[in-house]
Amino acid sequence: MIPDAFDTAADLASVSQAERWRPGLGAVAQSEIFASGCEGSGAGAALALALDAWRSRPRAEGEEVEDRRGVVWVQTRAAVKRGGRPFRPGLPPEIRHRLIHVIAEKDEDALFALEEAVRCRDIAFVIGEIVGSPRALDFTASRRLTLAAERHGIPLTLVRLDGTRDLSSARQRWAVQAAPSARPQWNRQAPGVPAWQAELFRARSHPPGTWRLSEDAGRLVVERGNTPEIRPIPIRRARHRNLVNPKISVRAEPVEALSFTLVGATPEERAALRQAQGER
Amino acid sequence: MGREQGSSRRILSIWLAAFAIDRWRLGEGCTRGEGADAQPLVLITETAHGPRIQSANIAARNAGARIGTMLADARTLCPSIVAVPADPAGDLAELEKLAAWAMRWGPWSALDPPDGLLVDVTAVAHLFGGEAKLLADVHHAFDTRGFAIRAAIAPTAGAAWALAHYGPDRSILAPPSPSSLRATGGSAAIQSSERNRPGSPRGCAPRDDGGGRDAPRDASWMEARLSDLPVAALRLDDDVLTVLRRLGLKRLGELGTVGRDALHRRFRNRKSPAANPLVRMDQLLGRVPEPLLPVVPRQVPLVQRRLMEPIRHRALLDTVLGDLAADMVRELEGAGQGARRLDLGLWRVDGEVAVKTLELAAATRDAAHIVRLFGEKLDDIDAGFGIELVRLRASWAEPLPANQADIEAAAQRHGTSLAAFVDRLTTRLGPKAVRRPVLKGSHLPERSQGWQPALDPEPPSQESLRFHARPLKLLDRAEAIAVLYATPDGLPQRFRWRGEVHEIARVEGPERIAPEWWRERGTARLRDYYRIEDDTGRRYWIYRYGIAGDGRGGAPEWFLQGLYA
Repeated sequence: MIPDAFDTAADLASVSQAERWRPGLGAVAQSEIFASGCEGSGAGAALALALDAWRSRPRAEGEEVEDRRGVVWVQTRAAVKRGGRPFRPGLPPEIRHRLIHVIAEKDEDALFALEEAVRCRDIAFVIGEIVGSPRALDFTASRRLTLAAERHGIPLTLVRLDGTRDLSSARQRWAVQAAPSARPQWNRQAPGVPAWQAELFRARSHPPGTWRLSEDAGRLVVERGNTPEIRPIPIRRARHRNLVNPKISVRAEPVEALSFTLVGATPEERAALRQAQGER
Repeated sequence: MGREQGSSRRILSIWLAAFAIDRWRLGEGCTRGEGADAQPLVLITETAHGPRIQSANIAARNAGARIGTMLADARTLCPSIVAVPADPAGDLAELEKLAAWAMRWGPWSALDPPDGLLVDVTAVAHLFGGEAKLLADVHHAFDTRGFAIRAAIAPTAGAAWALAHYGPDRSILAPPSPSSLRATGGSAAIQSSERNRPGSPRGCAPRDDGGGRDAPRDASWMEARLSDLPVAALRLDDDVLTVLRRLGLKRLGELGTVGRDALHRRFRNRKSPAANPLVRMDQLLGRVPEPLLPVVPRQVPLVQRRLMEPIRHRALLDTVLGDLAADMVRELEGAGQGARRLDLGLWRVDGEVAVKTLELAAATRDAAHIVRLFGEKLDDIDAGFGIELVRLRASWAEPLPANQADIEAAAQRHGTSLAAFVDRLTTRLGPKAVRRPVLKGSHLPERSQGWQPALDPEPPSQESLRFHARPLKLLDRAEAIAVLYATPDGLPQRFRWRGEVHEIARVEGPERIAPEWWRERGTARLRDYYRIEDDTGRRYWIYRYGIAGDGRGGAPEWFLQGLYA
């Protein structure tokens, strides 16, 4: 039985291909986030996207108002070495007390843990961190994870630290890197709330595009992509924006609306194409 | 009533005062003081210096034989004395039988070698019409069997032993109840059901102490009641008793007058309870627990299969394991329990035994789950010439009530429970793989987070301060970085980490975290933490270790410890 939390193939067919991704659209079975291992933006964006999907999840009839299910974060030993392990005081407050951390010595063990996690009914969402493009994570393994996540309705976000964009069956594939944060109101010299430059380069139901994501008062917001200087938002406007319906207020304007990938191209051609598109 | 937790236990101590002689007489088939028992007779043990008297009958004691003296000395007083070798092994076996028999007065009983028994009579006295009648029943039963005993009931085993050996006969040590306090102004301290018996030995008459009014909250009422007993009532070794006698401490009450510190210093190297009067005193008052080994152990669920034909192949072993798991689930269901730890023993034909242990995160009665978890552990089993006996034992079981089959919508998706998920991961990845971060009381970031098993309840902790912006991820070891900064303690401007130069665009800090002097060496330096963001937006948490001129090393070093989202 396929739960209605995700789009089925029939739903996907009816979705207009022109509909752009925006926050609050809900979870997909498996998404991949490519990020550098020398920054925390991969895990940060993964948590932000997963939390956004989790908040906008439709509540079933008779379900508890407060979701008490746990959150599983699987890391390989190499990923811990590369980017550290979760630090509870820095986690988003909603998941601090419910995080279950799994450390796997090998990539195969990590994939096993991920699959077991999406099969567990007491888990809200799963985050995995894997370094590079291991041999164990081929298309078959990726497809296996996607099917398991789809079948049990538990979204899985896989962070690929320093990985190459090889074949995968993930429903959404992102490339994320840190972006300069908005200046805080009281100390303009301090780093602000986290912001990321996120490129959706492969998605099943959305056209690709680039967004500047950031978290504002515990909510994922998108801003205009590719803006070097971010104007601080006055308090009154920020409050106003919080009150209105997010679906209306979000001004998602992807700058690279027409970016695309060549399926049959060689890696060199692909790299040249990306360079031509001005990718950072 | 006003009974506190500690005194709610009731222990019956039975001292078979002349156990060896009584046993010898029963073997001879004569009654007390008649037949062979009419002659002076002693039981002797052979020692390096010759035979020594272990116990003596009444006629021999009247003739001057004393327990512990040499047989030759006793013979000079009474040449006609008869010496019979003692039988300590037979005595112990008989005592064990008596211990099992004594379970008629309580749910469990323990041996108290060489000549005593302990029975837990908590909350069973009413079945006999009260504790006094229970004691009378005990006396009657042992009299019928021909054993002379002294018995006492007290809240702890130590107190019951002391009263049985040195208190009035049939004494009951009960906490003062409020009604009796009102009625008598004091309390019925140590009640003797034969209070006016003229032959009541050795002291400790019921005392009327005024301290009973505020007593029931702690053990001081017991201390007050037992203060007149001799120090030998503490079950101490002979040399310790000698030391105490030389110190002039004769009664339990006098131990308190010396001061606990002084006694502790005197006996600081004595770890065994029998050599340390303070430990014995605490056991007597119930301040420290005293483990007692019941004579009849608790049954653990155990199922086994003896195989007609030794098995050598994995598929057959899996079948046997499935059968065993089903048996075990039935067994556990009958007991209303779920297994937390399972031991699977495999007896091979050539005499080798392989034991695989499985610990579960939550009590379970799911046969398929057990089979699946054991299946992963059986991959490296060497069957040798075959396995002839497979045994499954639930060495740790917890109560698990029978519940209705899961009919919720969640179960329809065939999702597993969290406990099953943790079990599977732990079986494959090791016991330390699945954990949960918890806060610890420390300001140092690497110490402020600990890890505990995933299903343990969260310990209480202080919430961290709201204005502390901590990084999402923390490196296991802070990595050294080269930093360009305004000396001595200015803001960092540029740093190199993992071979890459980062220009720092924004910085907040410092936040100073002092070293924990009570834990670290005196040379540990303070840390100034900075939240930084480089020109491409990457956010880090770095610190300067030390400050120039703090006298704890050379120039300060810089480390990168955390990564912000």
